[in-house]
Amino acid sequence: MSTVVLLLITGLGLGALYFLVASGLSLIYGLMGVLNFAHGSFLTLGAFMGWEVARRLGQDSWWGLAASLVVGAAVGAIVAAATELLLIRRLYERHIEQVLVTVGLSLATVALFEGIWGTDPIYVDGPAWLGQTTELLGAKVPNDRFMLIIAAVLVLLAIVLFLRHTRYGLIIRAGVENRAMVTALGIDVRRAFTVVFAIGGAAAGLGGVLASHYFGYVSPHLGGSLLIFAFIVTVIGGLGSLSGAAIASVIVAVLQQFANFYLGGTGDLVVVLLLAVVLLVRPTGLLGAKA
Amino acid sequence: MKTVLNDKPWLWWILGGVFVAFAAVLPLLNLSIPGVLPGATYTPGTLQVLALALLFSSLALSYHLLFGTAGLLSFGHALYFAIGAYGLGIVLDRTDLTLVPAMGLVLAIAIVAAYLIGSLSLRVAGISFAMVTLAFAQAGNVLVRRNPSITGGEEGLRLQTEHVPDFLVGVLNTRNLYWVALALLVVVFVIVTVFESSRAGHVAAAVRENELRVRVLGLRPFVVKLVAFVIASALAALVGMVHLLLQSGAAPRSTSADFTLTLLVIVVLGGVGSRWGAIVGALVYTLLDQRLTALASSEWIESLPAVLRIPLSEPLFILGTLFILVVLFLPGGIAGAVRRIGPSRSSVPARDRIEEAE
Repeated sequence: MSTVVLLLITGLGLGALYFLVASGLSLIYGLMGVLNFAHGSFLTLGAFMGWEVARRLGQDSWWGLAASLVVGAAVGAIVAAATELLLIRRLYERHIEQVLVTVGLSLATVALFEGIWGTDPIYVDGPAWLGQTTELLGAKVPNDRFMLIIAAVLVLLAIVLFLRHTRYGLIIRAGVENRAMVTALGIDVRRAFTVVFAIGGAAAGLGGVLASHYFGYVSPHLGGSLLIFAFIVTVIGGLGSLSGAAIASVIVAVLQQFANFYLGGTGDLVVVLLLAVVLLVRPTGLLGAKA
Repeated sequence: MKTVLNDKPWLWWILGGVFVAFAAVLPLLNLSIPGVLPGATYTPGTLQVLALALLFSSLALSYHLLFGTAGLLSFGHALYFAIGAYGLGIVLDRTDLTLVPAMGLVLAIAIVAAYLIGSLSLRVAGISFAMVTLAFAQAGNVLVRRNPSITGGEEGLRLQTEHVPDFLVGVLNTRNLYWVALALLVVVFVIVTVFESSRAGHVAAAVRENELRVRVLGLRPFVVKLVAFVIASALAALVGMVHLLLQSGAAPRSTSADFTLTLLVIVVLGGVGSRWGAIVGALVYTLLDQRLTALASSEWIESLPAVLRIPLSEPLFILGTLFILVVLFLPGGIAGAVRRIGPSRSSVPARDRIEEAE
């Protein structure tokens, strides 16, 4: 029983990370039709900048942690918005070229991170509480899992509230539904593009700092490895669907944890298998409207 | 010059033949191009780099068949290259088969794998297809890294040479491998050309432009796409096998998504949709990669301030930035730029024809 609880909560923590990456990917794809390969770099940069800040303020203080989370999210948002303004916007409506630019950006930035911070993982410490465990239904659960889950739930709530109750949220939701119609009504969707990129970048940057605590290190390849699973999550959840991404993150991560424990470390393969099954049964993904 | 080539397409074949003949005699010549090649052309080190460039050209051509011709944006092409490299390495290691039957066996495995994965992935199109192929390639990457007893894990797989003919083993025989790589490039080029000018190739190009219209005409896009996918994958597996022989081993990097992204960079750099663009792109990319790596460790770079030194000492940073600039400012890549310098390809003959008709 205690093992199941531990696996479940660890899975939820990992799912929280997947969601933080996949939510941005899914929103960006839904609105703009762009598959953002540079999303992993936003995450990595957020993690590195968060670490730099925490290192200066003291890694074991709560202030350091809070500051690193804020800085990670802010850096992610700024870099993502800049990417949209400087690179993506110039290639308006040319989806393949937009994907290619993000591919180039991800290759170049990962190399740059390697140049600046080195290729070896840098080990990260947090407040002492994060390293301890809490007993829950007989299982000793590491505390950082709770931080991940709470953060992801807060981000989900914030994005949902933003989409439901603000003017930009309205434009974004309408744009995902039918962009041509929104443009025809005289609304400039392009500003919404920047906003969506900034939101996705902020979630990714926040996810980067959290990922560095979950895995215990930062490395230039942190984002790339998470990005592939985030892609799988987005396809399983249905491209462009935020709730689909949330549900799929949890399913994929929990399944991965259980398979890793009970089926001899086959978690990654089981996830790919799940993707194959979902595509066979439901090519549009769980909550996807269009292919 | 340009119009002459347009009027007489067979001139392209003669130019290609001259290129192949020149490439074939390179190992016998003593040419050196400082700054581009590491040494004189007859030295094994240079031949190794050139053979690598030829293999990348073949691989880029096979990717061109997928992306340029059939319009299938795959992020998992590395998987089939890896099946070729690792498959041959494992078969040579574990069985008593000699080289040629072993290659046949691995090719058959690659074709079956491509057929199964292709028929599954092609259920979705566009970006979803890209992500699904990426996921399968990732599964291959995990399999390679998690089974070190068979694949060598992170260390990579070393080639067992006892069943390999002697003339393909050792540094001194690099030029034989170079010729094998050149022959493979010719074979791949011919296969890609034949496919593109076949009925299936025309349908594949039509599917790329407008799948719905192809369906309305009563043709089945799925079959054609699957054929293109399987052919491209089989060619990639062949290249992987020769790569194993050339490098005396297989590295786990060749299974990674980054490797496929490299191919994408090459094809876009050379010009999407152009066969010789893919070849030129691969030659430029390989040589640039080699030279930039050498540049990164040069003293000139070491003496620069950190702001300049760090970016310049990362070859992938320069290549990635170059790639972004090409996508932004040079649509059509190298091939597109060359085409724009001369009189445009379609307009001149078309105008002539209209005038003739009047």
